[in-house]
Amino acid sequence: MGRISLRSVGLGLAAPVGALVFALLVCGVILSITGHPPFSVAEDMIGSLERPRTIANSLNSATTYYLSAVAVAIGFKMRLFNIGVDGQYRLAAMLAAALAGASFMESLPSVVRILLTILAAMLVGAVWSGIAGFLKVTRGVSEVISTIMLNAIATALVAFLLNPDRLAVTVAGSNNIGTAPITEGGQVPGIPYSGSSSDVYGLVALAAVVGVAYWFMLNRTRFGFDLKATGESESAAVASGVNVKKMVLASMLLSGAVAGLVGLPQLLGDSHSYALDFPAGLGFTGIAIALLGRNHPIGMAFAAFLWGALDQTSNVLDLSGVPKEIVVIMQGVIVLSVVIAYELVRRYKLRLEQRDVGRALGTTKTPEEVQG
Amino acid sequence: MRRKRGGALAAIAMAGVLALAGCGASDDGGDSGGASGELKIGLAYDIGGRGDQSFNDSAARGLDKAKDEFSIEATELEASQGETDAQKEDRLRQLAEGGYNPIIAVGFAYAGPLGKVATDFPEVKFAIVDDFTPGTDDGPNIANLTFAEEQGSFLVGVAAALKSKTDSVGFVGGVNTPLIQKFEAGYTAGVKAVTPDATVQVKYLTQPPDYSGFNDPAKGETAANGMLDADADVIYAAAGGSGSGVFRAAKEKGAMGIGVDSDQYNLPSLNDVKDVIITSMVKSVDLAVYDFIKSVDGDSFKAGNTVYDLSDGGVQYATSGGKIEDIKPQLEEYKQKIISGEIEVPSTT
Repeated sequence: MGRISLRSVGLGLAAPVGALVFALLVCGVILSITGHPPFSVAEDMIGSLERPRTIANSLNSATTYYLSAVAVAIGFKMRLFNIGVDGQYRLAAMLAAALAGASFMESLPSVVRILLTILAAMLVGAVWSGIAGFLKVTRGVSEVISTIMLNAIATALVAFLLNPDRLAVTVAGSNNIGTAPITEGGQVPGIPYSGSSSDVYGLVALAAVVGVAYWFMLNRTRFGFDLKATGESESAAVASGVNVKKMVLASMLLSGAVAGLVGLPQLLGDSHSYALDFPAGLGFTGIAIALLGRNHPIGMAFAAFLWGALDQTSNVLDLSGVPKEIVVIMQGVIVLSVVIAYELVRRYKLRLEQRDVGRALGTTKTPEEVQG
Repeated sequence: MRRKRGGALAAIAMAGVLALAGCGASDDGGDSGGASGELKIGLAYDIGGRGDQSFNDSAARGLDKAKDEFSIEATELEASQGETDAQKEDRLRQLAEGGYNPIIAVGFAYAGPLGKVATDFPEVKFAIVDDFTPGTDDGPNIANLTFAEEQGSFLVGVAAALKSKTDSVGFVGGVNTPLIQKFEAGYTAGVKAVTPDATVQVKYLTQPPDYSGFNDPAKGETAANGMLDADADVIYAAAGGSGSGVFRAAKEKGAMGIGVDSDQYNLPSLNDVKDVIITSMVKSVDLAVYDFIKSVDGDSFKAGNTVYDLSDGGVQYATSGGKIEDIKPQLEEYKQKIISGEIEVPSTT
């Protein structure tokens, strides 16, 4: 048994480590071809990670990426591909920002304001993804199609609402437009990080809570078991009494509720208003991180931090004359190689297991027997 | 087994998304001069950077012109799609820490980050294009470079109305933002000043945060075709790189087009459609950037807002091609009225 567990640990590490090494090699080759010495580039990137500010910003990016990844992963566990996280979080952040910035909120205690904002964001996210879930269970519409379309509709809806006649306010002399700024009571204070001029988002705690809840839901609840069972084999789940339609709807709602949270650390910790320059596209990053982290609560946390750190080091590359698009290439190669590496390791493991079973039953010939 | 395949499919989709995200990449990212010049300029572009055929490019032209005249070492950085304010702040901060002075930020998105960094580096001179808001409006080391886009747009609106035979003209905006709405407001006012009952068809190509409308000629062509079918015969393309599609549609239907930002009649990339471009609303970001560098070089830096408008040539209408020679007297008359304040051009729709 000891031998086997050692083997499985080795195999478990082989895929992510192998993929990372492979991705680094590919990027090294690309850098060399384009005339940039890979080692000095690596030195620059590592050097920039030594600045406290880069670490704080990486943590902040990782917080939003992680929430986005969990939202995607809930769908993945059910074999649902929620591409709509992007639209869900943007709409949720925008409406939550409008609510949090509204004047009637000012009289409420800070905790209530923040909780109401979080609840509103989850609700909006859930409703928006719920539309896709509803269409899937009632009309059989693929969630891939409907969520992509809902992204476009969310964009249009946000643009419509972000108008001085509706939810937005204008600032004289500005070419930006956004919701009313959230006053201090509605903001979540940051955690000072020594040596850094930017704080770590207070809502990093929210991401941690969501991560723990995700783990608990999957591994310690009946719902999580049903979710995984439906994902692994729908027919088996049906046979054991799982209502698949209900599960589809529930997991879409859950995924959307978490998606609603994605924009909040940025909104309540830094921007304090949903404006034209609010970061977009976090939902797509979440897909990559869920893949990279294998839908695992801890794996995704590492993946989110890796992604955030890569993002934050890209500025220093630009400064030293290396095209920072190399970071995007690196991220893409890492995701692809991780997926491929896991598939290779899975197949190898399957073959090893088959051989073990075969040997135990005496139906597999050893190499010596084959040769003899 | 199936689940795994789902993962692989998702990865391929993801690779596609990443590839698309990388499409906005410029071909000339960082360009650091070797000479140890007196001025070490840091220039931070908005998304698109040098090579966007629009206002980033205009800023780059200003820098290039300054490079020819002064001894300058410059580093150019650009924003990525979907980045946060923290990343923008980091970009400016790294420039400041790297000893760059002055630092120029192109685009209103830098407003918040620039305000913070400028406070921390009082000895560094900053400039921000297209923004004058609380946070950047009172820094003793911040110069705001803003433009009266509505004034220039008013004049090209006048030109459109005078040239139109159908009394129906079009406006194609790249992305529906307050900045482009300023162009629309001025243009509409200009058209109505000449022909009060003229029709102005308005179409924006995309909604933020989808900024592809500034760089999608196909969308521009479709929108323009719709307007031309509905009787418009002059179309103002305030849409950056999408303008080429608008001009292509105009050429096919024998209509007229109006360019934006630079004198588009003279752009080599628009050579095959230039005969439909009757004028352009020139917004001289290059002039503003050049002036700013010159002021720092000559120790005459001035903090606060500088509005570039018709009176100083910061915005103007282009006459290349000679298509509006016949109506120039009228245009000049309106121009003088705007400068003297007799006509006040609205900046919101």
